[in-house]
Amino acid sequence: MTLNRRAFIGTGAAVAATLSAPMVMGAAHGKPRVVVVGGGAGGATVARYIAKDSKGEIDVTLIEPTRKYYTCFFSNLYIGGFRQLSSIGHTYGTLAAEYGVNVVHDWAVGIDRDAKTVSLAGGAVLPYDRLVLSPGIDFIPGGVNGWDVSSQNKMPHAYKAGSQTELLKAQLESMPQGGTYAMVAPPNPFRCPPGPYERVSMVAHYLKVNNPTAKILIADPKPKFSKQALFQEAWGTHYDGMIEWIGPDFGGDNVTVNADAMTLDIDGEETKVDVCNVIPAMKAGRICELAGVTEGNWAPVGGHTMQSRIDENIHVLGDSCSQGDMPKSGFSANSQAKVAAMAIRGALTGSKVFPAKFSNTCWSLLETDDGIKVGATYEATDEKIAKVAGFISKTGEDAALRKATYEESVGWYAGMTADMFG
Amino acid sequence: MFREMVRYFMAIGVVIGALAVPVMADHIGDAEKGAKIFKKCASCHRVGEGATHRVGPHLNGIFGRPAGGAGDGFRYSKGMIRAGNDGLIWELDKLEAYLENPKALVSGTRMSFRGLKSHQDRRDVLAFLRQYSDNPADIPEASPTAAPPEVVLSPETLALVGDPEYGEYLANECTSCHQRDGGDAGIPSITQWPTEDFVIALHAYKVKIRVHPVMQMMAGRLTDEEIAALAAYFKDLE
Ligand SMILES: Cc1cc2nc3c(=O)[nH]c(=O)nc-3n(C[C@H](O)[C@H](O)[C@H](O)COP(=O)(O)OP(=O)(O)OC[C@H]3O[C@@H](n4cnc5c(N)ncnc54)[C@H](O)[C@@H]3O)c2cc1C
Repeated sequence: MTLNRRAFIGTGAAVAATLSAPMVMGAAHGKPRVVVVGGGAGGATVARYIAKDSKGEIDVTLIEPTRKYYTCFFSNLYIGGFRQLSSIGHTYGTLAAEYGVNVVHDWAVGIDRDAKTVSLAGGAVLPYDRLVLSPGIDFIPGGVNGWDVSSQNKMPHAYKAGSQTELLKAQLESMPQGGTYAMVAPPNPFRCPPGPYERVSMVAHYLKVNNPTAKILIADPKPKFSKQALFQEAWGTHYDGMIEWIGPDFGGDNVTVNADAMTLDIDGEETKVDVCNVIPAMKAGRICELAGVTEGNWAPVGGHTMQSRIDENIHVLGDSCSQGDMPKSGFSANSQAKVAAMAIRGALTGSKVFPAKFSNTCWSLLETDDGIKVGATYEATDEKIAKVAGFISKTGEDAALRKATYEESVGWYAGMTADMFG
Repeated sequence: MFREMVRYFMAIGVVIGALAVPVMADHIGDAEKGAKIFKKCASCHRVGEGATHRVGPHLNGIFGRPAGGAGDGFRYSKGMIRAGNDGLIWELDKLEAYLENPKALVSGTRMSFRGLKSHQDRRDVLAFLRQYSDNPADIPEASPTAAPPEVVLSPETLALVGDPEYGEYLANECTSCHQRDGGDAGIPSITQWPTEDFVIALHAYKVKIRVHPVMQMMAGRLTDEEIAALAAYFKDLE
């Protein structure tokens, strides 16, 4: 009985899967080649999984300009003083040495979809059988009046982690007593929906200890935001009176900044501020536009394989793609990367392909030992990645549960970064 | 092994059936018989006036107590504290599942007890313990003390042997949080578990007798085959 059953499960799942994957075996030039652009949550994961699971049958090249990737996840905790910057920096040594990924530290600057090649800033031209784009986000020019990327050294976004995050923390630390920290929050859709509000919580935590008369002002173009009830409850209990959130009803969507004068104008009312954290409207990483796989601001993909709807030889992951119901998060990018890795291996080497499953959980820290989370599971339909089930932390939870939730997020960070970088 | 699993699923049946008609507290079972059965427990647990913690915590006021004791001074296992933080409260259905097979409910519990296999014995012991819970009138009667119909899942479903290759693919979802190398800071390790323990734990989340919301959601969409496949894969993961 046992043996029969085993045979049944084994073949059942595999046969159905293999049939659904047309075999486009590697080209005549030897090993099939996969080029991955971007070594972040999506790109590092997909490179590692393809290299690991194809056991040398696929040649994987990862293109990433920075030698050390600082995760945006937990960068807010660094701002709050809960993490060292060094603890959120990761290198590509293990991917190269243990998994055999060719890591190239350069920028991809052009993609020729007919010739199936990627050109790099350094001049190299790399051929691919499948290309994966996971370049994260870029900002929409003109998204915030008065701000462009040349203002980022005065008014940092800190929405790509690393030197921007360090700058923002340094500015926070040099605020005068009783000063004002302003944030211009982004419109939907953007990377990490709870991110700006977790950041406000971490800034408030720092100020409460070091600069208790300081104020935080948020200008927000959105009438509501992720985990709003949970954030606002925490702002009331932990940081009473410190944080003012100005939604579109009060002009939060009508903002002009002046980086030289350090002023923020909300609906005609000008305020002099000490820190101005501008998080502009976002779009897919620029290389997606250069590849011609975007429609509007994002690159549309099908959920079964994460293939571009415009070019089936290209897969787009993470923040850059538009796929349906999943939020733009590191967890989502990691989850999508595994589905793409399986589909790519299936297409290039004929390995088994199982039905796509996705999930996401985003933790946020409100104050010391006070963590919350929101999450959901998803499946691929022909139209999109569709939500199956979800949950969210509740207001009024007890301290033990909140502490456990925070500890869980620390565990997740370790698990997630090991899953990306090996 | 499969027998044990079948019995476990009878306990799960308890939960599935928990919507049945409410019954009064004294209908849990026969407290006098329970007092005799409790002798098996008494080498580790005390109950009654002046009872203190021994090898196991005292059981006064156990009904409605949060798992992990909420600071009652007993040194609980990490697994028990985690279960408590996740929201496990010792209500009748949970106590019964725990007495049936402690590990089904709490991985890593120090209660090294094989479990009471007879449904009636469990009910009798619980009727006995119930007398020492401060204020029985305050204990919600409806779901916790409902008399459950027994549901027996087919042994075939339980005898599934998982395909580790499929498990490896499914495991990709687990390893976004659980560390592949077995590290267990903040999130428990799931590698190298005995197959039954793994299967039991996931089914317990699936039917929501274990309380963690992420795990209820993740397990909620796993089929029996998928659970078996995951168990087969993680069992041998170094
Ligand atoms: C403050 C903050 C907090 C966050 N917190 C969380 C959290 O708690 N949990 C969570 O799941 N997510 C969180 N996120 C979101 C998460 O960081 C992103 O969703 C995730 O990084 C997206 O992955 P990605 O692969 O799309 O892009 P990224 O991780 O940004 O990776 C893109 C990479 O591509 C490279 N690149 C770009 N263009 C090129 C090019 N032309 N050539 C070569 N390389 C290129 C970049 O250098 C970069 O390394 C947070 C984000 C922020 C800003």
